[in-house]
Amino acid sequence: MHCWDPRIEEMPLEDLKRLQFKLLKTLVYRVYSFSPFYQNRMKEAGVHPDDIASLEDIRKLPFMEKKDLRDNYPDGLIVSDKEELVRYHVSSGTTGKPTVVGYTQKDINNWAESVARGLASAGIGRGDVMQISYGYGLFTGGLGAHYGAERVGATVLPTSVGNTERQVELMRDLRVTAIACTPSYLIHIGEVAEKMGISIKNDTLLRKAVVGAEPWTEQMRIRIRDWIGVEAYDIYGTSELSGPLFSECIQQQGAHLWGDLIYPEILDPDTHEPLPPGQRGELVVTMLQKEGLPIIRYRTGDIAALNYEPCTCGRTSPRLERLTGRVDDMLIIRGINVFPSQIEHTLLGIPEIGEQFMIEVDRTGALDDMLVKVEIAGDSFSDKITDLMKVRAKVERALHGALNVAVKVELVEAGSLPRFEGKAKRVIDRRKL
Amino acid sequence: MNCEKYIIRQISLFSENKPGRLAAMAKACQEEGINILAFSIAEADGFGVIRALVDKPDLAHKKLTELGFNVAFTHVIGVEMKDEPGGLYQIASKLADAKINIEYSYAYSGKDRAVLILRVDQVEEAIRLLLDNHFTIIASSTIH
Repeated sequence: MHCWDPRIEEMPLEDLKRLQFKLLKTLVYRVYSFSPFYQNRMKEAGVHPDDIASLEDIRKLPFMEKKDLRDNYPDGLIVSDKEELVRYHVSSGTTGKPTVVGYTQKDINNWAESVARGLASAGIGRGDVMQISYGYGLFTGGLGAHYGAERVGATVLPTSVGNTERQVELMRDLRVTAIACTPSYLIHIGEVAEKMGISIKNDTLLRKAVVGAEPWTEQMRIRIRDWIGVEAYDIYGTSELSGPLFSECIQQQGAHLWGDLIYPEILDPDTHEPLPPGQRGELVVTMLQKEGLPIIRYRTGDIAALNYEPCTCGRTSPRLERLTGRVDDMLIIRGINVFPSQIEHTLLGIPEIGEQFMIEVDRTGALDDMLVKVEIAGDSFSDKITDLMKVRAKVERALHGALNVAVKVELVEAGSLPRFEGKAKRVIDRRKL
Repeated sequence: MNCEKYIIRQISLFSENKPGRLAAMAKACQEEGINILAFSIAEADGFGVIRALVDKPDLAHKKLTELGFNVAFTHVIGVEMKDEPGGLYQIASKLADAKINIEYSYAYSGKDRAVLILRVDQVEEAIRLLLDNHFTIIASSTIH
């Protein structure tokens, strides 16, 4: 095991908690003293920095959400003096105003440090040539991965996105060993290379990919491994938190969340009560050292679970399991939280049916009824009604097991369900509540 | 004995149970000049399976697939039966004695004969058994 910063990465959890409390205290005093926004919010919530007497007291602090960043466009949430800022990143909002994040030099350093620890934990460092195929510019992906890769001593090839044929040629000619990009772009690179007659597996040295910025699955990881011979490591981060920040170690068992930088909570999206370790809920984040734009109890809207078991790599920090959806997509069926992504994941494992699905929710009397429509796959179906009923029962059983709620399944013809480009709208909720 | 020549390729369509699906299938067959010799519909809750014997199975498969149907080929056999009381019993009892299970079946009664279409769990055994007992099995070449 090669820790980039063993002092933090191997710190016993008790020591880490003490460090986190100290950092939290400093953070809360700072924003209360220097930011009208945070001071007003805390006053509204009836909490003063002096009330934070333990790490658990973080729960007294009010939440922040994306809307706060939009409402305070362009720089109402920035706490540092303007001349302390060394960079802005801007994320284009699909609705309303964009969000602006300002970074001090220390913010940039911590960001690079966080990425560096992650890359080192995946075995990327000096001697590696790392292609950065995330967009450079206002988007945080390119520069975030770039600074981290330079910090660990890798040779950076800043290709950004686009012109994929050239990316493949450079990958081969400059002996690229690692890449940072979205999982779908990695698959696209593999397809383009194949068309060019270049096998990523045999004709290039690419062996590791740090992928994120969009949802992906374990099945995709296996496909990438088998098809192009590349081990993919998940990376998590959003522009509000800085950018891509936390990634998986060589064990590929969830992204390590460095305790000196982040205090994560998993809360029930409705009640905001903390959920036990391992359970899925909304990821709420406090960035313990961010200066330019402090982030305190920020509701990411991402559905995730935390694993507090020590990792076999020896690092003590909790790990973020791969995201399973967005709070906005969540359905509550008979009191149980259900995410379309769980359904997608379950269906992938059943060969008799396709990947597309639609969810229809109705209320009969006092009870919610969830119907999931799935397509019979291609021409491999059995024409025996009993076999088709068995397929339906199998899907119902698998979904019941995954969701903990009874589901009715309807088999429909292949190609008959709507296809979505971009954001899928797979839920029709007809309940009148 | 070569059983191949007695094995008929039936087309099976998975269909949602809603108005217009049979019409869509039948229209395609008309347009392509495909003759349907026999067919049946099996229905379950919300979906069904349309099964048909057609004279041009490959063309039917291609056209119906293009229309978005799930189409599969299934092997069935066609046995002539006497168009009189007891005709069905003669065949069914032979299969029962040999412990051959009929998964599904349908029939048509033509000008000069009645034909029973059988989907069984042991196709070759059924063919041998019926031939040994002097039944007439339709050769697939007379259909396709």
